[in-house]
Amino acid sequence: MHVPDGFLDAPTSAATAAVAGGVVAVALRQARAELDERTTPMAGLVAAFVFATQMLNFPVGAGTSGHLLGGALAAVLVGPWTAVLCLSVVLIVQALLFADGGITAIGTNVMLMGVVTVLVGWAVFRTITRLAPRSRAAVTVGAFLGALVAVPAAALAFVGLFEVGGTADVPFGALVTAMLGWHVLIGVGEAVITALTVSSVLAVRPDLVYGARHLADSRTLEVRRTPAEAEATP
Amino acid sequence: MRRLVSTRALVVTGVLLALVLAGVVSHYASDRPDGLTRVAADKGIEPRQQDTPADGSPLAGYDAKGVDGNRLGGAVAGVTGVVVVLAFTGGVTYLVRRRRSGAARE
Repeated sequence: MHVPDGFLDAPTSAATAAVAGGVVAVALRQARAELDERTTPMAGLVAAFVFATQMLNFPVGAGTSGHLLGGALAAVLVGPWTAVLCLSVVLIVQALLFADGGITAIGTNVMLMGVVTVLVGWAVFRTITRLAPRSRAAVTVGAFLGALVAVPAAALAFVGLFEVGGTADVPFGALVTAMLGWHVLIGVGEAVITALTVSSVLAVRPDLVYGARHLADSRTLEVRRTPAEAEATP
Repeated sequence: MRRLVSTRALVVTGVLLALVLAGVVSHYASDRPDGLTRVAADKGIEPRQQDTPADGSPLAGYDAKGVDGNRLGGAVAGVTGVVVVLAFTGGVTYLVRRRRSGAARE
């Protein structure tokens, strides 16, 4: 979903760059609360994994492909603000080194893939994990649904930006239908990859999954006694 | 909670996986246009696309200059990308993280 230079006019690109820059500045402050010495190495890993996985386009039918965006995945693994930083690094490196996504479109791409997917994915994830019983299964399902919704949400955000500052004349309804059609399918792939990755980390180190911290919190210490002790001290 | 592997083992395994995905598996990825590119082509947005200054980058298009046009070009580009992203993110998060000592900035 990397927007190249030229799709959006200069004022719109400048505005998205300003908003994206503001969000990244907030994320730099807020991520501190998510990152400690134990979890910080996960952030680099998540960004590297998202970069690698974004190279793996999977077919979604009729000569079209999609790839993981990774916002929901990163949010669940390292927290939403750290996820914004991870995705921003990936998108900036892709634009500057790989000419994947435009330079004037960096702000747009950070907004779409680094902010919208993270915030929507995290919001859906939190809703699910609050409503469902506390369990690893709920964390995995929440990650799946967060990813599933985040991709079409980013596609709609692009349509919104294009309505404001698009450089071609495309009827709104037609653009919505086309973007949603493909990105609902891509969202399914995103959801599968996200759920597989989250459940893999949950299986070996649930304590390193930011979105699963509530599972640890729910365990309270209890004093266990043998039956003999229980009788002695009622 | 259960901790089956150390943090170091998890991170090393994950980075190795990322290197293999970007350096080897990416060769087998679909080369069809992605969702946005497809829509742009279908709806007449594509002609508006402009060249980006980064087109001159030695890694442009995930194909490393000098070894481009074959699997090695993609592999060098993918592996370089993973290393750069890892270092960049590691640096940023290292600077913003909380220190256990509490003697950090602020």
